[in-house]
This record gives sequence, C-alpha cells and structure tokens, in this order.
Amino acid sequence: MSSLRLNLLLVLILFGLVALGLLLGETPLSAAQYAQAFADPASAPGEILWTIRAPRAVAAAVVGGALGLAGAVMQGLLRNPLADPGVLGVSAGAGLGAALAIALGLAATPGGTEVAALMAALATGLMLTALAARFREPETLILFGVALSAFAGALTALIFNLSPSPVTTAEILSWLMGSVANRGWNDIAREILPMAAGAGLCVYAARGLVMLTLGEETAALSGLPMGRLRAAAVAGAALLTGAAVAMAGIIGFVGLAAPHLVRAGAGADPGRTLTPSALAGAGLLVAADVAARMIPTDQELKLGVVTALFGAPLFALIAWRAARSWRA
Amino acid sequence: MIAALSLHEATVRRGEVEVLSCASFQVLPGEVVGVVGPNGAGKTTLLRAALGLARLSSGRAELAGRDISSLDEAGRAALVGYLPQERRVGWSLPAWRIASLGAASKPPTLARAAALRALERVGLSNLAERGVLDLSGGERARVLLARLLVTAAPLLVADEPAAGLDPDAQLLALELFREEAARGAAVVLTLHDLGLAARTCDRLVVVGSGRIVADGAPADALTPPVLRQVFGLEGALEATSAGLTLAARRARP
Repeated sequence: MSSLRLNLLLVLILFGLVALGLLLGETPLSAAQYAQAFADPASAPGEILWTIRAPRAVAAAVVGGALGLAGAVMQGLLRNPLADPGVLGVSAGAGLGAALAIALGLAATPGGTEVAALMAALATGLMLTALAARFREPETLILFGVALSAFAGALTALIFNLSPSPVTTAEILSWLMGSVANRGWNDIAREILPMAAGAGLCVYAARGLVMLTLGEETAALSGLPMGRLRAAAVAGAALLTGAAVAMAGIIGFVGLAAPHLVRAGAGADPGRTLTPSALAGAGLLVAADVAARMIPTDQELKLGVVTALFGAPLFALIAWRAARSWRA
Repeated sequence: MIAALSLHEATVRRGEVEVLSCASFQVLPGEVVGVVGPNGAGKTTLLRAALGLARLSSGRAELAGRDISSLDEAGRAALVGYLPQERRVGWSLPAWRIASLGAASKPPTLARAAALRALERVGLSNLAERGVLDLSGGERARVLLARLLVTAAPLLVADEPAAGLDPDAQLLALELFREEAARGAAVVLTLHDLGLAARTCDRLVVVGSGRIVADGAPADALTPPVLRQVFGLEGALEATSAGLTLAARRARP
C-alpha cells in the first residue's frame, strides 16, 4: 500500500472514531438535540457536545497521536521493536512530577499537576538528550532509560510511602492510571505547543532513523548530521511523551502497539512509520476511550486500564504475526 | 599524489590499555591494501582510528590530505565509504533500499538506480525486493557490500568483507574491489585468508598486538619470520600457477 493511501485510510478511520466519540455518551441525544447543539452551542445539548464530548475525543486523539509518534521514533532510534514512549523513563518522570504536585497540594491550582508533570518530563528529556549525545549504542540508552524509569518509580513510591493521607494516595493513583475524562479545550491548548514542537523534531529526525538501521558506525559515516538527528529524536519523543502524560496520565501499549499495527502497510522503514503510527495511535486511544465510556461498570473505567486490558492481547497478536520480520 | 587515507603515529587507548600503538600507514588512489593480523590484533581499531570513529590519544588521521577532525559529516561521507564488520540490520527493509542508503544525499530515484546496479554487481538482482532479514547471512553481507559500492567514494574501507561468504562470492567481492581500484578508488580491506589477501592486494599491512609489524608488497610483508612471530605459523608464501598461496602449519610451541 502506498503511504499516502495508508495515511488517508487511517485518517478516515480516525474521523469515524471521533464521530463515534461525539455520538456516544452518558446522556443520549436525539437527532433534534444534535441539530440544536450545532445551531446553538450554548444550549444544553450544545454544552454536552462541545464542552464535554468534543474536547474529550480530541484529547484522546491528540494524546494517542503523540504516543504513537513517540513510540515509532523510539523503536526506530533504538532499533528495538519492544521500545515504547516510556522506555527511556520520560513517562515515569512525568508521573513523578504529577505525584509530587498532588502530594504538595498543587493540584488545587488549575493546571498545576499538568505543568509539574510536563516540567518533570522535560527535565528527564534533557538528561536523556545529553546521555544520547555521549552514549550512542541503543543498548546503553535503554539501560539508562530503565535506570531513570526505576528511580522515578521509586521516588513516586516514596511519595506514596510518606503520604499522610490515603486521599492523596488515591488521588495520585487515579491520576497515574490515565484518563481523558473531564478534559477541556484549555487542557489541550496547554499541551499542544510542546506536542507540536516534539512532532516537528521527530519529523526532522526521520531521515536519520532509516540510516540507524545499519548501526551507529555506518550512520556516522553516511553524511547525515547524526548527532543532531539523534538529539532531535530523543528530545522530540520526550516532548511528545511528557505532554501526553501531562494531559492524560500514564497510558500504556498505544505507543508500543501503534508502530507494529501499521508496519505491515507502511513497510519496515522506521522513518515511514511515523505518520501512520501517529494516526493509528490517535485512533486506538479514541476507540479505547469510547470503550471506557461504554463498558457498563459502576465506576467509569480508566483509560490506562482499558488500553492495557485490550492492548496487551492485541500486542501479543501483532507480535505473533510480525515475529518473522523482526528477527535479527 | 595525495594519499586517500593516511594515519600518522596514531595511538588509541581503551582505559589503561593501548590497543593501537603509534601506527602510521598510507593508502594511495588506485591501490588495494590488505590489513591482516590475528584475532584481537587491532585491525578494526586501526580502521576505526583512520576513519575518525575511534578517538586518538595521540597522532592524527587524514582523508585526502585533510585532518579528519576538520571535516563535517557530509565532507567525510564524500571522501570515504565504510563497511563495518558488524552486519546486524535493525529492520527488514528491502535489499535495494538498504543498498540505496549508500547514496543518502542523492535524490531517491538516482539512489534506487544506483542500488539496483550495485545489487546486480554483487549478483543479487533477483533478491532486490526481498527484506534483508529474510535473506541468508551471506546474502545480507552482499547487500551491505552493494551499499558500500553505491557510495562510489574515492576511498572504500571494508572490515572483513569476505567473512561469511561462499568461495565464489568471496572471489567476486574481491574482484569488485579490484574494479573499484581500477576506477581510481583507494581500497582498504581486512582479511583473514592470508593467501587470498596476498593474491588480491597490492600491499599488506600486518598488525600484531596493536602495532604495525610489516607494510609492503605481499611477499615482502608476509615473510616466514612475520608469519611465525605474528600468526604463530611455520611456513611461507609460495608462488604457484594460481598466484601466491600460503603453505603453513601451526608452529609448535
């Protein structure tokens, strides 16, 4: 399939899923109410559609797109089909930032938790970019990522440990499980700039990813400015992941599965999986959010729980089918 | 004539250990130079030092008369093509796409055409569309060799280009390097088959324990004392109707 046709197909699927996200909700709306919502956004149906459902669907699409793109970049950079946006510790870093903000009572300030999460993600990203410039082998970067991730996880656990109130603990846990419920346009507006910057860096880095498939030394003599491209890939993926976690908490599997899902159509070239993987990630998360709303449970399911529940078996299936193309 | 590659008294350390000591050698355009030595002698380090991939603790490396540290990425790529010993490929891109990566700066259509020509030269035209990870190890090695040829660089450096190839493909690979030298390229190869190296190369650089032990025409470089001291072999190169061959056995301690 040509990449244009694949991307068009994925855009159509995404639009379909977003439309589904607008149609489905706790309060069923009639056709007349939809007409009213379009005619008068300030009406009650208009409120439901434009301030509850639409930002929620768009937030899911944006977060999923960011995770899908970051996952594709990480897999290309690290030449590893198991890499995901969290592999280098950015997600855990952002989670730590959020946990700290909640424990310190900053959550009461609108956007406080989100800003703290993004700041922590940026700090982790800066550290990783510096490490990536010094250590070129993907294995080394992965090991640093595992260490960073574990350390951030340990500090988050420490916050749980020292937290005086179970309410705080519950609040942190709930945030970390990931959700786009009650996200408004201002939440999207806050993260869209770092996401756009991250996406730009990733697109710039794309031509270096295909060269890295031959290893660091061949890439170093390929004529491409590999130092800059590698830094752009790490910084770009960190920005995307950090902003995604800041907007929706920690959501697993989307960034891992999206690149694999599109590889059959997009081919093995890691540079060419970026756009379709972003689109697939967006579609996956919108679908997961619709599922989270529709599955009848006493308490609405958390998005991170749904993606893990459905994502893990889906990923196993993709892995089963793709196993042939990744053996080294 | 300006040397395509020259290394001046280069020393490389890994921690406290000197893995390359005060090594100097040059390669001229049109020349095929073989770097030979036992496992762990420092052949790959010598190549990496000459290409700016290993940091020199002293000495200097030049490409076409210019200090390698003064060249940017594009400048270096215009002067040298490198085939590392490591043949791991990350993703199963089609063979032609891997070969086309040798011409990263060219427009895609030209790069593809160059890749298909190079795949034909290495005898893999029929596998151009196949994913590299679905090829055998030897076929993959030939795809990577094709990528090196696509660079069409004035200096081609290949680390063990014959490793893992069947006898016919080994001879084909070395023939291709001779063709490249005939068009004026300087060629540097590390090889383990001393007879093959002696027949193919204009000059041999013998590396032992991080030092250049001998540098000269094959018969002058691989003398019986060098064979004994560096390789632990008792024997000599012999001129036969098929060219130089090595008649040797393991030296008894």
